[in-house]
Amino acid sequence: MKAPALLALALMLWVPCALAVDSTPPLPNPVLQQRYLALTHELRCMQCQNESLADSPVGLASDLRRDVRELLQAGQSDDQIRDHMVARYGEFILLRPRMNWRNAWLWRAVHADRSDHRRARVARSAPARGYR
Amino acid sequence: LNRYLLPLAAFALLLVVLIVGLRHAPEKGVIASPLLGKSAPQFTLPDLLDTQNPMRTDALRGHWSLVNVWGTWCEECRAEHATLLQIKQQGRVPIIGIDWKDDDAQARAWLTELGNPYDHVGADREGRVAIDWGVYGAPESFLVNPAGTVVYKHVGALTPQIWAQEFLPHLL
Repeated sequence: MKAPALLALALMLWVPCALAVDSTPPLPNPVLQQRYLALTHELRCMQCQNESLADSPVGLASDLRRDVRELLQAGQSDDQIRDHMVARYGEFILLRPRMNWRNAWLWRAVHADRSDHRRARVARSAPARGYR
Repeated sequence: LNRYLLPLAAFALLLVVLIVGLRHAPEKGVIASPLLGKSAPQFTLPDLLDTQNPMRTDALRGHWSLVNVWGTWCEECRAEHATLLQIKQQGRVPIIGIDWKDDDAQARAWLTELGNPYDHVGADREGRVAIDWGVYGAPESFLVNPAGTVVYKHVGALTPQIWAQEFLPHLL
């Protein structure tokens, strides 16, 4: 094998290790596991702030992932779990901000700007994103 | 003239908005706590200093309290400790400690070595109570009024200046 091929192989073997921050076994219920993955990707790690819970190796992130798992298994809805986190850490924990009376004008501005670019239909179905 | 007046006025207005915004911007990196003005979260934790009786939310009722989240793994907490001892000595408020994700024996050794400013110390071994308080790093300190409402929160080490300027005025 030539050097570039070796390098490519090394990269292929290395990347999955680097990405597997969350080492907990998947939830037995695949639907819950899917929701778990979605939620941990849209909640912010408060300690590192620009990473999601799913991507962060710090202790607080793994504690919060544990809480998400437990709340899912207790039968809570995605919105109940988001509210649970917001009650403790504020709206900042949501990587994708929700519309409220304080930021409604900002959302309107985004929509107006996008419709200027004749992408109104797309914009309405996909509003402004957070930092991801 | 009118052609320039309107954009200029708009620019001046924008400038004012931005300056006011910057002046009132909270310290970068500190996240406002949604807990302020709300009841302190309920908790029951084993008390490091009194193995017979667990520490409960009642410990905060009927008097002002300073709730301090710390851990022996936290270097800033070591820097903060002298201030806590001073506050204890002033005797204005009892200090309630939450020992966050720590080893009980190490925490007791720390208090023996450095002195104990706390009336109670709850051992939050799994970090659940800290999460209920919205803690995202140690040390963090909360001022709780006699009705059990969280009145003020400070993120990072307390200093005598911060105590005098940001906490004491609430107690007057």
